[in-house]
Amino acid sequence: MVEYYLSLFVKSIFVENIALAFFLGMCTFLAVSKRVDTAIGLGIAVVVVQAITMPVNNLIYQNVLKEGALSWMGLDNVDLTFIGLITYIGVIAAMVQILEMTLDKYVPSLYNSLGIFLPLITVNCAILGGSLFMVQRDYNFPESVVFGLGSGIGFALAVIALAGIREKMKYSNVPQGLRGLGITFITVGLMAIAFMLFSGIQL
Amino acid sequence: MKFLRNFLDKQHKHFSKGGKLERLYPVYEMVDTILYSPGLTTKGKTHVRDGLDLKRMMIVVVVALIPATLFALYNTGYQANLAMQNLNQQFPGTWQGDVANWLGLGFDPSSLFGNIILGALYFFPVYLVTLAFGGFWEVLFATIRRHEVTEGFLVTSLLFPLILPPSIPLWQVAIGISFGVVIGKEVFGGVGMNVLNPALTARAFLFFAYPAQISGDKVWVAVDGLSRATPLAEMADSSMHLSTTITDAFFGLIPGSMGETSALACLIGAVVLIVTKVGSWRIMLSIIVGAGLTALLFNAIGSSTNPMFNVSPLWHFVTGGFAFGTVFMATDPVSAAMTEKGKYVYGFLIGLLVVMVRVVNPAFPEGMMLAILFGNVFAPIIDKIFLNANIKRRQLRNVV
Repeated sequence: MVEYYLSLFVKSIFVENIALAFFLGMCTFLAVSKRVDTAIGLGIAVVVVQAITMPVNNLIYQNVLKEGALSWMGLDNVDLTFIGLITYIGVIAAMVQILEMTLDKYVPSLYNSLGIFLPLITVNCAILGGSLFMVQRDYNFPESVVFGLGSGIGFALAVIALAGIREKMKYSNVPQGLRGLGITFITVGLMAIAFMLFSGIQL
Repeated sequence: MKFLRNFLDKQHKHFSKGGKLERLYPVYEMVDTILYSPGLTTKGKTHVRDGLDLKRMMIVVVVALIPATLFALYNTGYQANLAMQNLNQQFPGTWQGDVANWLGLGFDPSSLFGNIILGALYFFPVYLVTLAFGGFWEVLFATIRRHEVTEGFLVTSLLFPLILPPSIPLWQVAIGISFGVVIGKEVFGGVGMNVLNPALTARAFLFFAYPAQISGDKVWVAVDGLSRATPLAEMADSSMHLSTTITDAFFGLIPGSMGETSALACLIGAVVLIVTKVGSWRIMLSIIVGAGLTALLFNAIGSSTNPMFNVSPLWHFVTGGFAFGTVFMATDPVSAAMTEKGKYVYGFLIGLLVVMVRVVNPAFPEGMMLAILFGNVFAPIIDKIFLNANIKRRQLRNVV
C-alpha cells in the first residue's frame, strides 16, 4: 500500500509533471520565474494550495457531486457532476481566501513572503487542472492528498528550475525580438524535452 | 607560412570597419584565428594566469575525441562486415557499400584497413553534412549578430556525428544539427551562453521527431534492413540472449551509435581532458559513483520480471552512451554546474538518473542523453544553492 502511494507521488512529480508534461499553469509559470526567490515563493504557495484544495474538492466530489453520492438522502439517480467546474473553482477561491486570512493573522512572516502569489494562484489552471484530473481518475481521499502534494511539488520544482535558468540567462545575448517571453517559451520547450526522460516510466 | 600571413593581413582592410566586406568580418576573423593565434592583447589590469583561452580549450577536446573518432570509423565498418559475414551477404545494400565494392575492399571483418574505409564511408558524409549545415547557421548568425565564429562549433560538430547511428539519413542529420545550433545555442547568443548542450539537444530533437531512424533494433549496424539490438536492449528483453562479452563492450566491438561504443577510447579521452584540466574529474567521478551506487541498489532490490534490475554496475559503465556521455557531454563547461561542490551533485544526479531510466523506464533502453539534458536543466539551480550557502557562510564569518 505504501508502495502504491509512493509511486503515485513520484509519478505526479516527475512523470506527469503538471507544468512540463501537461503545460498547465503556464501564465504564472512564465510570469513569475524571473528570479529564484520569487519562484520559490510561488512554488511553496502552489504546493500548499494544491495540497489543501485537492482533498477538499475530493470530499465534495465523492460525497455530493458524484453520481449516486446523494443516495443517503433518497436521491438515487442524482448526478451533480455538471456543476463540478464551478464548484471546484469556488472551493479553490474560498480556500485561498481562508488560507490568506489565517496566514495574515497567525504567520505574518510567511504571509508577507508569499505576498501576491496566494491570490494570484486562485486562477492558476494548474490548481484547477489538478482537481479535474482527480475527478477524471476517480481518486479516493488518500490518493487525492498524495496527488495534490505531488503535483504541487512538481510544479514548484519546474518553476524553480526555470527561474535558475532565467537567472543564468542574464549573461546570454538573446536576439532583440526574442527577449523576455519569446526565449522563455523556447527554454520551457527545451526543459520539457529533458523531462521526457521520465515519460513511459511504469511505477 | 609568411606568405599566408601577409595575404591575410592584406585582406584585413576589406573586412575592417568601413571596408567593402565589413559584414563578413566574422568569416575573416574565423579563418584568421583558426590559422594563427589572435593578435589581441589584454588591456587594463587583468592578470592572465594561464594562456588557456576558448580556442585552446576546444582544440584539447577535439584532440581528446580523436581515439573515439578513429574507433568509430573502425567499429562502424567492422560491425557491418561482421554482420554481412554472418549472413553470407555480399553487399550492405547502401551506396556506401557500392563505393566500397568499387574500391575492391571485399567486406572482410578481419581486415583493419577495409573496416576503417567502410566506416569512413559512413562517418564522413554525416560529419560533412554536420559541418556544412551547422557551419552555415553559425556563420549566418555570426555575420548578422556580429559575434565571432568560435571553435566551440568544432567540438559540437564532431560530437554530434559520434552520437548518431551509422544508418541515419543525411537529411535528418541536417535538420538535427540545424535545430541544435539555432535553438540549442544561437538564440541564446552563441558559444558560452546556451543552457543545454547543443549536440545533445540536436540528438534529442531527432530522437523524438524521427524515432524510427534513431532507436530500435534496425539502425545500429550499417547494413540495410538488418536488425541487431544493442547490448542494452538485449539485456532489457528477457527473451533475447546477450551476445557480447564485457571485454568486447569495453573495447567497443558492439553495435551502437558510431562513437559511443568504446569505453576504452573514452577513457583515453578522459585522461587527456583531466590532465589538461579542461574536463572536470569531479563530474566524471560523481557520475560513475552515482550510477554505480544506483545500480547496486537495484541489484539489491532485485526483480523476477525485469532483468535490468540484475545488471551489474560494470555492465552499465561499458554499454550504451555512458562512457561517452560521462567524459564528453556531461563535462561541457557551459551547460554543467560551475561550482566545485555543485559538480558533485550534478554528476551524481546524472548517474542516478541514467541507471534509473535504463532499469525502470521500458520506453527507453538508454537514458544517457536525456539524463544529461535533465542535469543541464537543473545545473543553474544547483549552482545557485551552493553560491547562496557560500555567501551565507562568509557573512557569518565576518560578523564582528
